[in-house]
Amino acid sequence: MADENQLLKKAFSGHGGFGVDEATMVAMVTKWRRQPDQKSRFRRDFSEFFTTIGSIEKCEDDYLLRLKTEFSRFKNIMVLWLMHPWERDARWMHHVMHKSYPFTVIIEIACTRSSEELLGAKRAYQALFDHSVEEDVAYHIKENYSKLLVGLVSSFRYEGSQVDNEMAKCEAKALNSAIKSAGSGKLIQNEEIVRILTTRSKRHLKAIFKHYKELHGKPIEEDLGANLCLQETVKCIDRPAKYFSEAINNAFKEGADKQSKIALTRVIISRADVDMEVIKETYHKQFGIKLEDMITKNTHGHYKDALLSLVGK
Amino acid sequence: MATLTVPHSIPSPQEDCEQLHKAFEGWGTNENLIISILAHRNAAQRKAIRQAYQATYGKDLLESLLHEAHGDFEKLVLLWTLEPSERDALLANEAATKWHAANRVLIEIACARSSEELFIVRRAYHTQFKRSLEEDVAAHTKGDFRKLLVPLVSAYRYEGAEVNMHLAKSEAKLLHDKISDKAYSDEEVIRVLTTRSKPQLLATFNQYKNEFGNAINKDLKSDPKDDFLAALRAVVRLICSPEKYLEKVVRLSLNKMGTDETALTRTVATRAEVDLKVIKEVYQSRNSVPLEKAVKQDTHRHYEDLLLALLGCEEN
Repeated sequence: MADENQLLKKAFSGHGGFGVDEATMVAMVTKWRRQPDQKSRFRRDFSEFFTTIGSIEKCEDDYLLRLKTEFSRFKNIMVLWLMHPWERDARWMHHVMHKSYPFTVIIEIACTRSSEELLGAKRAYQALFDHSVEEDVAYHIKENYSKLLVGLVSSFRYEGSQVDNEMAKCEAKALNSAIKSAGSGKLIQNEEIVRILTTRSKRHLKAIFKHYKELHGKPIEEDLGANLCLQETVKCIDRPAKYFSEAINNAFKEGADKQSKIALTRVIISRADVDMEVIKETYHKQFGIKLEDMITKNTHGHYKDALLSLVGK
Repeated sequence: MATLTVPHSIPSPQEDCEQLHKAFEGWGTNENLIISILAHRNAAQRKAIRQAYQATYGKDLLESLLHEAHGDFEKLVLLWTLEPSERDALLANEAATKWHAANRVLIEIACARSSEELFIVRRAYHTQFKRSLEEDVAAHTKGDFRKLLVPLVSAYRYEGAEVNMHLAKSEAKLLHDKISDKAYSDEEVIRVLTTRSKPQLLATFNQYKNEFGNAINKDLKSDPKDDFLAALRAVVRLICSPEKYLEKVVRLSLNKMGTDETALTRTVATRAEVDLKVIKEVYQSRNSVPLEKAVKQDTHRHYEDLLLALLGCEEN
């Protein structure tokens, strides 16, 4: 009896796991058919979910809300899976405008998508929301990083193979000077830093980062200090697989917040058809465990099955 | 409305390219033959001719034109023959790499094209110059001008007709406050001018005039020598009426001692298939003289002939 209760409790999750175990729930329905006492005992045993007001049993509202989130993980991932990638990206960016997503999502989308994919997302945004994404970012995001974000989202980077190595060296030096002369809080608004990061091609930027390390003895991320935006921008452009692998790991951490957990769905869905193999390799190397195993351990039910299928064997 | 005239039935691209090749043969060049063909073909037809020429003679038609044509005629015929997006990319590249504060070609291109057209230009720019337009503009401009020009050439404005009147009112007030404080290069001013859709901006400028009495450009004229203010005024005028703005470009190009052929060439080549007819009408009403007459007076020989053909004049 106690075991069954534990099993059902776990199935209803909310215990730091992701998703709900639909199969176990249905199995219990079968098992406890016509046994209201069983359910009564379960409710009394499951105090996180059930409480009483006097003699009346009721569900805890907080728990109901958490359950709603957990049950929807499967729905969300399935709908997103079917959606056109441009619509997905447009909707995710729109969530940022209305504060339900962190602004780093804009950096993620603007920097890890190809120039044509970003253009598609921008077109979808206009079709869905009757505004351009540039005007919304410029209008709704008023923090000191808004110039960087507007620049990133407006970019249409050259994607060919030509790189001006001399210019890359020059700009590596220019970045170093800018970093030295600007106060650390002001880095994000430095015109040269923003210009280079938001307009140069990705190949050119990778060349700059390489020269930076050679010329100044350390990777540029070290000199960018605690500046989250700039760090994320550099990472997304230079090593997207590492960025994604870390985002996935953050979702599985103890005490991960809602946004970090949502990122798991977003990363897996958006990269499944793009560079999932590289991300899996990177994840394994960085965290010493296979991504598939991490998912199996920490997620439940249909949501787990969907993730595993997307991630592939 | 366009001024370009194309006959109802035209030879095939193969026939056209053979005729052009004949025009280049032997001593000298038959400019009249070139004009009679190229000045009467639209962009798609010119592209087909270029492809036929490349396939038949193993080189780009533009290369032959470069060798055989000269002076202002050469510049105009080269610019004209290009596809609109390649043309704009070329003009933008020149303007960016040789940029100076009084140069407003980038503003012309960024504001007098639709969002999709501007994107096609940005794509053509990648192909032609192996860099993005915005990276070149950013690298060659500084300070307030960079703050304005980079977002302007990167703009992908919403093209629907929806206008938010509440926003138009609040942004008109915002612009007025900033202008009154002489904060012309303020981020908010740049934000409004470079990201809002054109219908939204028109509504905003109307609100500005209704609320504050002056047209926004009048308030932006506090220092007639200030190039940045001139740039802002150009943005406003190009968004409101590209034809009126371009009429002035043409008028000034013909007014100077001598003629500013660059501006005249650029305007005629880029607008002959767009709205050169309207520009002519504006010119006529402002100057009481048809544009063709002014062009005849100030330009000569083949350059004049090609201009007149593109302006829709009957050949003599």
